[in-house]
Amino acid sequence: MRNVSIIYALSLGMGLFISCSDESVQQYEPTPLNLDIPTLFEQNLIAPVIPNDNPMTVQGVALGKKLFFDTILSGDNTQSCATCHAPQNAFADDTPFSDGIDGLFGNRNSMPLFNLAWNYNERFTWDGRELSLERQALEPVANPIEMHSVWTEVVLELQNHGEYPGLFELAFGTSEIDSTMVTKAIAQFERTLISKDSRFDRYLLGEETLTPEELNGFDVFMDEARGDCFHCHGNANNPLWTDNIFHNNGLDANFTDLGLGAVTGDPSDNGKFRSPSLRNLVFTSPYMHDGRFSTLDEVIDHYSEGLQDSPTIDPLMKMVDQGGVQLSDQDKADLKQFLLSLTDEAFVNNPDFQIP
Amino acid sequence: MKMKKIVLVIGSFMILLSCGNDDDTDNQDQEAQVTFSFTHNWDGAQVTSADFNTIRYTNEFGEQLSIERLRYLISDVTFINDIGEEFTVDEYNLIDVTNDTGLRYAPSLTLPQGTYMSMRFTFGFDNEDNVDGAYQDLNSASFNVPFMLGGGYHFMQLDVKYIDDTDAETGFNYHVIRAVDNPGTSPTFPQDTFFDVELGPVTITNDVTIEAKMNIAEWFKNPNTWSLNDLDTVLMPNSMAQIMMYENGRSVFSLGNIIQ
Repeated sequence: MRNVSIIYALSLGMGLFISCSDESVQQYEPTPLNLDIPTLFEQNLIAPVIPNDNPMTVQGVALGKKLFFDTILSGDNTQSCATCHAPQNAFADDTPFSDGIDGLFGNRNSMPLFNLAWNYNERFTWDGRELSLERQALEPVANPIEMHSVWTEVVLELQNHGEYPGLFELAFGTSEIDSTMVTKAIAQFERTLISKDSRFDRYLLGEETLTPEELNGFDVFMDEARGDCFHCHGNANNPLWTDNIFHNNGLDANFTDLGLGAVTGDPSDNGKFRSPSLRNLVFTSPYMHDGRFSTLDEVIDHYSEGLQDSPTIDPLMKMVDQGGVQLSDQDKADLKQFLLSLTDEAFVNNPDFQIP
Repeated sequence: MKMKKIVLVIGSFMILLSCGNDDDTDNQDQEAQVTFSFTHNWDGAQVTSADFNTIRYTNEFGEQLSIERLRYLISDVTFINDIGEEFTVDEYNLIDVTNDTGLRYAPSLTLPQGTYMSMRFTFGFDNEDNVDGAYQDLNSASFNVPFMLGGGYHFMQLDVKYIDDTDAETGFNYHVIRAVDNPGTSPTFPQDTFFDVELGPVTITNDVTIEAKMNIAEWFKNPNTWSLNDLDTVLMPNSMAQIMMYENGRSVFSLGNIIQ
């Protein structure tokens, strides 16, 4: 808080100084921030998505981080974004569903938050309902079973706060706060949440050796005749470990949750959910959109023997009539070891991503 | 007086610009921008993404199927004129019918107007271009082929559901890649499976849009009548299936409308 005040004072001082010395350059501009793009991403992937109307700035990210961890966004000032998207869980929740401020539970597992700027089609959440990070951040604040607040009240509270008007001035050049700027700041912070330092990343960079079990697990992952995971979950040349596309992965024969289908209204989208990244699985249990699986073993068993047929099951799901790809016990164990090699301890412990 | 000078100067500029524009017009008369339009049909019936996800097609073998996902790669567009000069652009284009992207493609190629005896492109990548991990947009689209199968990229991903011989809807993955044997650290390649698509001669008199038509049904019938019940999934490491795809692919494309 003291640092923020100092930055604000210095910035205002700079503004006054510039104002006295040269009228033509008195306009304050926040400091541009370039995302620190990991080497593997730079080498293999197209550029991340940064909206033209919300460029990254040092002050915007700092403000977004403060807002992300601040309970001021909830109706009774008890919950922040981090309540359900905790850093130690790779910004997910450790329960199948999360309870809002009134103790009510939703019906979707909290998605982890990292590498979001590389979601090129910009459909967020499990069902693709939100078409940008900025728009996604609008929703939970007003959702009656989540933060259950009212945006006008949140904005008023921020406006009357001792620090926020100054911080918005620094981030956006105005102290007149609105919900758009709040969500822009949060989205800027979320775009800095980059996970890129797992053992497998270091293996790809030639800095790490994997065990024979992990290497066989990677082969299972890439082998169309065994796991065939790569068609939906990336590969060594796509280190996001997700295609960010929507698939019906055979969880149910009958849908209680239509997923993408409820958003598009297209019955052929029923039961489809966005592929999550396979990074940081050790931190993000339980798994699937409804958190039905507590362990990675259950997840692997699902794809091996537990597939349920339905009209929209993805044709990439193999041997559905037998329940799945029928992995051997050894391949299952090795696949799990490979998946765990995608764990990024440095990400969850990154001091830049902890509560201020 | 000052105003007259300004008018004179502007007038002179206009004359100069006018002369320059005449030259540009002459150049435009001699050169043309080429755009390809990729369309898709099932034995003549138009296919778009709106037709996906419903069992509505019957293949040559008599099996009913739906198209769920279709994307494919073309590269190295080449024109050869009537004196044998070759105009090639070392580029590729991913056509994603599912998401309606890449359906129009303007290669970085400006052609002199005239008669061309041949216009063609490569279906997929030739071996020189099929470099593992080399293309960021294709990596980002998860179009890669596992390194154990030689790496590089899919040439086509056609995912289908069909009614199998037990009357159940079953998945079918017609994924075209470079045919490969001995998957692993030292795979071998029995036969190249990229191929040239020859669209025939064309006389170009202006900027031109050339329709390249894919008859999806051809992937299943000529010369190999495809039985989905026999060959449906895990076809990437199956070199025999890949060679059959290559053989059937040769008659898939044809020239459609030319608009100029």
